[in-house]
Amino acid sequence: MWNFSQYGAKIAAVSDEGKSYSYAFLAQQGDKLAAAVGKRCLVFCLCRNSIGSLLGYTAFINHGIVPLMLDEQLDKDLLVSFLHLYKPDFLWLPENRVCEFEGEEVYRDCNYALIKRLDTASYPMYNELALLITTSGSTGSPKFVRQSYKNLEANTHSIVEYLHLNGTERPITTLPMNYTYGLSVINTHLAVGATLILTDKTLMQREFWTLFSEQKATSFAGVPYTYEMLDKLMFFRRKLPYLKSMTQAGGKILPILHQKFAEYAQKEGKEFVVMYGQAEATARMGYLPSNISLEKFGCMGIAIPGGKFHLIDEQGQTITTPETVGELVYEGDNVALGYAEKGEDLIKEDERHGLLQTGDMAKFDKDGVYSIVGRKKRFLKIFGNRVNLDETERLIKTQYQDLDCVCAGKDDAMTIFITDDKRIKEIQSFVANKTHLNFTAFHVQYLKQIPKNEAGKVLYAELNKLC
Amino acid sequence: MSNIEKYTQAFCQAFDIDEEAAKKLKFQDIPAWDSVGHMGLVAQLEEAFDIMLEPDDIVDLSSFEKGQEILAKYDITF
Repeated sequence: MWNFSQYGAKIAAVSDEGKSYSYAFLAQQGDKLAAAVGKRCLVFCLCRNSIGSLLGYTAFINHGIVPLMLDEQLDKDLLVSFLHLYKPDFLWLPENRVCEFEGEEVYRDCNYALIKRLDTASYPMYNELALLITTSGSTGSPKFVRQSYKNLEANTHSIVEYLHLNGTERPITTLPMNYTYGLSVINTHLAVGATLILTDKTLMQREFWTLFSEQKATSFAGVPYTYEMLDKLMFFRRKLPYLKSMTQAGGKILPILHQKFAEYAQKEGKEFVVMYGQAEATARMGYLPSNISLEKFGCMGIAIPGGKFHLIDEQGQTITTPETVGELVYEGDNVALGYAEKGEDLIKEDERHGLLQTGDMAKFDKDGVYSIVGRKKRFLKIFGNRVNLDETERLIKTQYQDLDCVCAGKDDAMTIFITDDKRIKEIQSFVANKTHLNFTAFHVQYLKQIPKNEAGKVLYAELNKLC
Repeated sequence: MSNIEKYTQAFCQAFDIDEEAAKKLKFQDIPAWDSVGHMGLVAQLEEAFDIMLEPDDIVDLSSFEKGQEILAKYDITF
């Protein structure tokens, strides 16, 4: 995937303690780590924005070892259930967590440790399978997207091209590595010999901004909520002379904020690029070129280089008239192979053949610029994370079997309707804990009865009025 | 309500915790005090004391104790 040796002594990453790591370091230490693994197999990677995490990920990808990317802070019960379903050969995790897991520690580097597990199945894997990543939310679903080496390479090339990335870039991490958008920042910048500034600090911390200035960060990535926070922090007043570009994905940004940031970028000679993607397309499918960001604010954009968009109506016919809503379909080499829900699925080959029905409803204008107007599937984006409403209902009903519950709402604000008024607080913290999302995103509302039609189907339209 | 009561209440509301827990709290000690929760806390404090916090003060508000120092700049005494 990457040819680290061509960048040699150039710095690949800087940690938030100010330590630098060269490309040669990633190559050499990566070889050692891969040798400790010793064969093509599945490794669970518990990710942080740290050098250990980065070393593991790059070593595995470059040596044909398949990482399954997880948040280091993932709910322990969920992690155990995933271990049971996939029975990976190894775990790569922060060394302070070694004692929590069974198995033998066989290697250690950069504050990370490699554990050889006892309960393994070594399920056969499709040759092209490169990595497994979640569709972003974690409602307990063991569903991971299967991405191929070709997917990673194709998407990396497209992104490098349309964002005009080169070796002088210094992006600061604002998203987790186990999140497809965060990972694409890493993939693309390592491909051009740039320097990643690695930190788990958030933009609500002084340390983040100190690092930003000291390390002369040139770009950052954000989900819609990131830009709401930046607005509150009066970001426009900050002096950031080295900052060149800001990207946004992970859901639709409020048009007013899109306009504000596009105006700021234009005035300050920076770029603000709104983008669109899904883990099912590796990361990126569309972007709004920064030169029309202001003129077309609120829009999603056009397909990335090498990709194509079209819309289909309910009969599956292609829509050719502007301003007509249909389901967005994407075609390109970055369309992932399919899903895995258990170890036995790792042998599956390409099930999509480069074609993805996104599940998003969209339209295009007379200039061919697309806008997202809604969703076919029942899910919300909460702080950039896809959270499936049906899965959340199942999660609650499994825990509270005597309860009727329905989930609805809008992005960043889910409403959970329940039929037991004594469990409002309890359900709120249960869902927040399981999804690892801030509890304020979940509003639990009591209803005597869930509105249903005669056939017993939930009347979502009625519920949406109550949200 | 006294200032310290109002101040403590803002933490309790923002993170859904009791007063005892609020008094020792630091950023990221509990899942509720992440960057999203931080925005909520700032909103609670701004409303309770009818102030607008400066961005520098928002990013410095790293603990229950530190917040009191910060609010002193807005002529709020405890």
